[in-house]
Amino acid sequence: MDFSDAFLNATVLSKYAPSILSGVWVTLYLSVIIVIAGTALGLVLACIRAAGLRLVNFTIIVYADIMRALPPLVLILIAYFGLPGVGVLWSSNLVLFIVLTLILAAFAEEIFWAGITSVGKGQWEAARSTGLGFAQTLVWVVLPQGVRLGLPPLTNRAIAVTKMTALGSVIGVPDILNQATTAQSFSGNASPLTLAALAYVALFLPFVLLARWLETRFAWRRT
Amino acid sequence: MTLPILELAGLRKSFGDLEILTGIDLKVAKGELAFVIGPSGSGKSTMLRCCNLLERPTSGAVMLEGRNIAASGVKLDPVRRRIGMVFQSFNLYPHLDALGNVSLALRKSLKLSRTEAAERAAAALERVGLADRARHTPAQLSGGQQQRVAIARAMALEPAVMLFDEPTSALDPELVGEVLAVMRELREAGMTMLVVSHEMRFAREAADRVIFMDQGAIVEQGGAEAIFGAPKSPRLQSFLARQAA
Repeated sequence: MDFSDAFLNATVLSKYAPSILSGVWVTLYLSVIIVIAGTALGLVLACIRAAGLRLVNFTIIVYADIMRALPPLVLILIAYFGLPGVGVLWSSNLVLFIVLTLILAAFAEEIFWAGITSVGKGQWEAARSTGLGFAQTLVWVVLPQGVRLGLPPLTNRAIAVTKMTALGSVIGVPDILNQATTAQSFSGNASPLTLAALAYVALFLPFVLLARWLETRFAWRRT
Repeated sequence: MTLPILELAGLRKSFGDLEILTGIDLKVAKGELAFVIGPSGSGKSTMLRCCNLLERPTSGAVMLEGRNIAASGVKLDPVRRRIGMVFQSFNLYPHLDALGNVSLALRKSLKLSRTEAAERAAAALERVGLADRARHTPAQLSGGQQQRVAIARAMALEPAVMLFDEPTSALDPELVGEVLAVMRELREAGMTMLVVSHEMRFAREAADRVIFMDQGAIVEQGGAEAIFGAPKSPRLQSFLARQAA
């Protein structure tokens, strides 16, 4: 058995390509809604934190730190196998979506918060002195500056978290990796996994390049 | 004296144990240019920042057109529209061009339509001599131009009084003149102004009244000629001697 037969077996590839393609759609739509929901939730949390309410901020910080400290797989398994015990029956797709959204939100909150705090006090004072309210100042003056700064790290983090959709294969989410491992065990050949790898590269490489472009753009702007 | 536009009464401000303002009483009349001088750390800027409540006074009243705006329950956003402020470090919004800087509050705070706000912002930029720079971002403007945009931003709201917090201190000497020229023009147009600055020459020629502060209190005040020509208190005398040196 040579290399091409082990990893690029044409018969196996063509047989399992459709199921892996269906996995691509699952990975893609989960990634999209996780990025949208996680980023939005993170932004909302960072904005609430900007209001400076001590108890609320403490809660947000504890949430963000725990979510960032826990391995995602642990959370996924706890949610999937633990929640039914308290009567919450979520599909594996829903569990994966909620867990990864909460994780991305924790990172996004920290990134947006860093962006918000990077905007000088003088910007707040200038805006408030013209009669803009707290929320108006945040939306029209502070966030446009802070979010720009956070875009490169946010893109990187969004890629990292959406790639974790592969962890969903453990709880039966029919994503790319799940389809590929199933196909691999049926065919006894690693070619479906190669195809999965190619699918991941095709899905995520554009975003990696986007992150790189954002980074160089901002680095250049700073000079 | 008619009803003052701005009046500080028994104003005190402490940061922790440190008392910065030890009881300030000051009236600024309509159309007056009141000029505050004093050594650094004397509380000039803190007093100015109490006027629009960027700092909340520990006690005392800030009366704007006869109403105590430092009282609890006063909605500050509408009040602040009546009090323009110009900062030492300009504090322009770097992500907006000059026109955007001036029109933001017109749109979001005064709730003017986009076109109305743009027209009024353009008129304000025209007044500070920057009509041709409307589409420039702050980074593309010199310090003097930035400060003139900042003045236009405050002025466009047509405030009852304008506060200037060391408006020329961050500028290269050759750029100071253009900012002072705009302030002079504002004064001639009848704007009420409370200015904290070290520009003694400007104070001498333009101020209706000069107020000398030291250690959180007003030590001496009067017309420019009296303050600079015949200072009474020893502290003012030594302050002016140091300025001349």
